[in-house]
Amino acid sequence: MCIFSDAPSARSTVSHDGHMTLNVERADSRTLPSLKPLRLLDNAGHAVSGAETGGFALPDLETLLGLYRRMVIARRFDVQVTALTRQGRLATFPSALGQEACEIGAVSALRREDWLFPTYRDTIALLTRGVDPAELLAQFRGDWHSGFDQKAHRCASQSTPLATQALHAVGLAHAARLRRDPIVALTFLGDGSTSEGDAHEAFNFAAVWQTPTVFVVQNNQFAISVPLSKQTRARTIADKAVGYGMPGYHVDGNDVAAMYAVTSAAVDRARAGDGPTLIEGLTYRIEAHTNSDDPTRYRDKRDVEHWKRRDPIERLERYLVSEGALTEDVRAEITAAAEELAATTRDAMNTEVEHDPLELFRHVYGTPRAALAEQRDALAAELAGRPGGAE
Amino acid sequence: MSALPASVVEDGTTTAVTMAGALNAALRDAMEADADVVVFGEDVGPLGGVFRVTDGLHDRFGEKRIWDSPLAEAGIVGTAVGMAMYGLRPVVEMQFDAFSYPAFEQVVSHVAKMRNRTRGVVSLPLVIRIPYAGDIGGVEHHSDSSEAYWTATPGLTVVTPSNPADAYSMLRAAIASDDPVVFMEPKSRYWSKQSLSLPVETAPMDRAVVLREGTDVTLIAYGPTVRTALAAADAGAAEGLSIEVVDLRSLSPFDDETVGASVRKTGRAAIIHEAAQFGGYGAEVAARVTERNFFHLAAPVLRIAGFDVPYPSPKLEEYFLPTPERVLNALASWEW
Ligand SMILES: Cc1ncc(C[n+]2csc(CCOP(=O)(O)OP(=O)(O)O)c2C)c(N)n1
Ligand SMILES: [Mg+2]
Repeated sequence: MCIFSDAPSARSTVSHDGHMTLNVERADSRTLPSLKPLRLLDNAGHAVSGAETGGFALPDLETLLGLYRRMVIARRFDVQVTALTRQGRLATFPSALGQEACEIGAVSALRREDWLFPTYRDTIALLTRGVDPAELLAQFRGDWHSGFDQKAHRCASQSTPLATQALHAVGLAHAARLRRDPIVALTFLGDGSTSEGDAHEAFNFAAVWQTPTVFVVQNNQFAISVPLSKQTRARTIADKAVGYGMPGYHVDGNDVAAMYAVTSAAVDRARAGDGPTLIEGLTYRIEAHTNSDDPTRYRDKRDVEHWKRRDPIERLERYLVSEGALTEDVRAEITAAAEELAATTRDAMNTEVEHDPLELFRHVYGTPRAALAEQRDALAAELAGRPGGAE
Repeated sequence: MSALPASVVEDGTTTAVTMAGALNAALRDAMEADADVVVFGEDVGPLGGVFRVTDGLHDRFGEKRIWDSPLAEAGIVGTAVGMAMYGLRPVVEMQFDAFSYPAFEQVVSHVAKMRNRTRGVVSLPLVIRIPYAGDIGGVEHHSDSSEAYWTATPGLTVVTPSNPADAYSMLRAAIASDDPVVFMEPKSRYWSKQSLSLPVETAPMDRAVVLREGTDVTLIAYGPTVRTALAAADAGAAEGLSIEVVDLRSLSPFDDETVGASVRKTGRAAIIHEAAQFGGYGAEVAARVTERNFFHLAAPVLRIAGFDVPYPSPKLEEYFLPTPERVLNALASWEW
């Protein structure tokens, strides 16, 4: 199943808007982003006008409908995987529930030939890029460290060592530029991860080299139990962009229209050779950090309720309904697609795959080593000696 | 009011204590005894650490004694260096083994070298706690055994307990030490229990101990593989093989005396660890045991270690980890 193929068709409109905002952005690399998050739709689903939009235009209905569809499908998937994890089918799963606008808005701004450098949190972004669910979840089920073809999908594996992937995104983008390939690399980071040295080095390298990189920081306000106030004294994470000499946007991360429009402009800007952008999406992690975390130990339930009332999917839904764009047919099609994906995912996760213990020794080096073959043979002999063991 | 997990009572009677609980009690008692002891790292504050080793300490001692730092391991160790220079005794936590790597430069270039560089003027009484090793079904980067990186670095003291009593006693000793200590905690043993009355003082932190006496072979283990060695000794006994088990406890310094005495008695030695074999800690053990006891050895010293591959995903980890069966197979490969 590839839901990436239904890419929103209104890219040209957005590119156009993007170019329109380029002049504003140039100035932005020297001025702090607005403290009030930029947004195009308010929580009631009304289109916003004036300064709050930062000069960005609301994407057209068809684009928004496409984003809505992807978010609904992604959430169904996320909920399904969390349930499967509770049932013990997966070793762990970091849910992105509530963060769909950041994940889908950002990744939908990419072209197929662009690269994505995700973290463990960004499973639904990869799903949206068209990665097969079973291959996608191999990592969290514990089958292998990464289960999909990175080159085919132009998606790096989901990075666990925080912020390390941001440097890879900068390097890949720079390499593409050296080869004059008009591609962009987008990397996700968490709010906590922006404290790591690698994040700062990535911002700086990208700005100094003017690489076509887009940094999307999902500020879900927690790093496991640690609130953002313990990570930074800056007004916003996007403020940091100024110090590195790149534009920074402080965006309502539960407004997929804004996330999509701003990321599209940043992607266009990068592709045009005008360098990197830092986008902060202000959002909230509704679920626990992972299934092994107990968030009642460090945050107030009322906070969670507050953010549930700012749900990104419901916000766009209100707008689409008010525009008469969400017909029963459309809803039925989306629900069917979401349920089909959930069923496929359940089936895949409930089917044990056979593991060849000798695979341990594969893919360690490009050039085979005799010493490793010796260890492989020893394991094979050990297994053969076990009652019912392999030969 | 007690800041301790329910498994620990404070009236001195014996009770079942987990390793995590023992470490928690050691931190509490050290903080109680010395106002210069401060604890910081990622999620060690209100949450109590992802393994709950600092559970309740934030409530008890407050933000000035224990706090959550920004999420940056180089920053955590680097600032701990400055604090130790000024006379505090910081105890910092690296959340998982593989997440200590951003701090590598601070540990290797400064923590390990400060005393030497300053001709003893500046010592660094700091403790770096690292939950390490596998067997917990963890995804990539959650099961590394990084001990050889630290033991290969002169200037560091590297220790690892295998049971709750040692966890308590050795952590107290590490915090009391004026030298920097890398304190490695075997994650798979965090929830293992032992009947104890706290506080407890076991053998000195720099000594190995013979956990089980035997006459035919010395099995040398540490941290997570001590349990493996004891299980192998049980299984060996059933087959008529008398196995002595030495728990190293201290990786650097190495207790040549205790290990040597055991090896000279049994005439055979094998070292078990989870980390990959090539260039692993076992190589040092095999070399020095051989150098010092060559004429007492009936067979070459064996290493039973992880394979020379990256630590695998959960579904393959059972094949990677040394098992009692693999240990006994290895011993059977000797000419007897
Ligand atoms: C270098 C490093 N240090 C520590 C960790 C352990 N860890 C995993 S996720 C996490 C919190 C990250 O928070 P944030 O960057 O805000 O991302 P979020 O999980 O909220 O998406 C921590 C401390 C890690 N994976 N890598
Ligand atoms: Mg976060």
